[in-house]
Amino acid sequence: MSTPTLEKVEAEAQASPYITVTFRIRRFNPEVSAEATWQDFQVEIDPKERVLDGLHKIKWDLDGSLTFRRSCAHGICGSDAMRINGKNRLACKTLIKDINPAKPITVEPIKGLTVLKDLVVDMEPFFQAYRDVMPFLITKGNEPTRERLQSAEDRERFDDTTKCILCAACTSSCPVFWNDGQYFGPAAIVNAHRFIFDSRDEAGEQRLEILNDKDGVWRCRTTFNCTDACPRGIEVTKAIQEVKRALITRRF
Amino acid sequence: MSAETTPAAAVNDASLYDVDNPAPVIEAPRKRTKKTPKATRTNFEMYGWLFMRLSGIVLVVLVLGHLLIQLVLDGGVSKIGFAFVAGRWASPFWQAWDLIMLWLAMLHGANGLRTVINDYAERDNTRFWLKMLLYTATVFTVLLGTLVIFTFDPNIR
Repeated sequence: MSTPTLEKVEAEAQASPYITVTFRIRRFNPEVSAEATWQDFQVEIDPKERVLDGLHKIKWDLDGSLTFRRSCAHGICGSDAMRINGKNRLACKTLIKDINPAKPITVEPIKGLTVLKDLVVDMEPFFQAYRDVMPFLITKGNEPTRERLQSAEDRERFDDTTKCILCAACTSSCPVFWNDGQYFGPAAIVNAHRFIFDSRDEAGEQRLEILNDKDGVWRCRTTFNCTDACPRGIEVTKAIQEVKRALITRRF
Repeated sequence: MSAETTPAAAVNDASLYDVDNPAPVIEAPRKRTKKTPKATRTNFEMYGWLFMRLSGIVLVVLVLGHLLIQLVLDGGVSKIGFAFVAGRWASPFWQAWDLIMLWLAMLHGANGLRTVINDYAERDNTRFWLKMLLYTATVFTVLLGTLVIFTFDPNIR
């Protein structure tokens, strides 16, 4: 308990980049229990690493039964959206040092979708809404012999919404979607926006009609949860408002 | 390295569920499926949304003006009595003011509550009956208020 010993320990701690981080993970396994429970894991990890690295350490070294989705692990595939410290984020884009590793880091599945196991949810309703807005180019007439050209300004019009990776972080942060899954949700509207404002596409009217329905854009309460959640920085709420404006200016 | 804080819960009901007999998952409320009805092609929701914005702007003027006249100006709330109301409703201007305020406020509030019910009522039955209750209350209040404004008799005994 003398002072030199303490200093030595501190010096050692400073030399090593590793710190002990507690991951508090929402576990659910229907083959074991109907109840979801919190489970704590302590992991030695460099704070400059990502939450996904922590999950990997747990799965590979501590508990192989931990189940979560991840594919590319670099923020492109959109597989690992989860609720980290109460906010929807991509585990592969969230650094440990950015989310206060002094306290336990809570990791939950995204809300509003059926949890199948641990952090894996049933994405089917999400993709059904995506399919329902017809997220593909629709044109009339003969196919051109070369690519469909577009000016830089026309491309700029919908540039923001082309960034969507369909991770469901926005839709599963929407309080309207939590309570009523019939709502299309921000992600589907963003992907409709991408084609509605595309000068090459000719089914914008059809998509607007779909989103004009009772489960369409008018259910948006502009809480900006989706814009806050988007790991790609898409201005989701703005895109939804642009669809609303297009619907109103179309009529008047 | 690992410290499990809740290892007990799983052990207790381990006998209940296994690989062949998994626990039921908690379905999300009203989730979207292939059978979700397609667009109805009406503009009702759009007009509802527009009405909320426009009536809101008008109501700010009407309601704040109303509160100012009733509660602040010229002696405040203590001046309000039967004679005060009778005097105001003798003028068509205040009749129109109160009538417009009644209709806009009731429809604005009812539409707002309708969206709240749509957002939060999970079962279709609950949803339907809550809305029926809301519409009944709205129609009753609007009609009664309109009747009073138009048939008000200052010489009533």
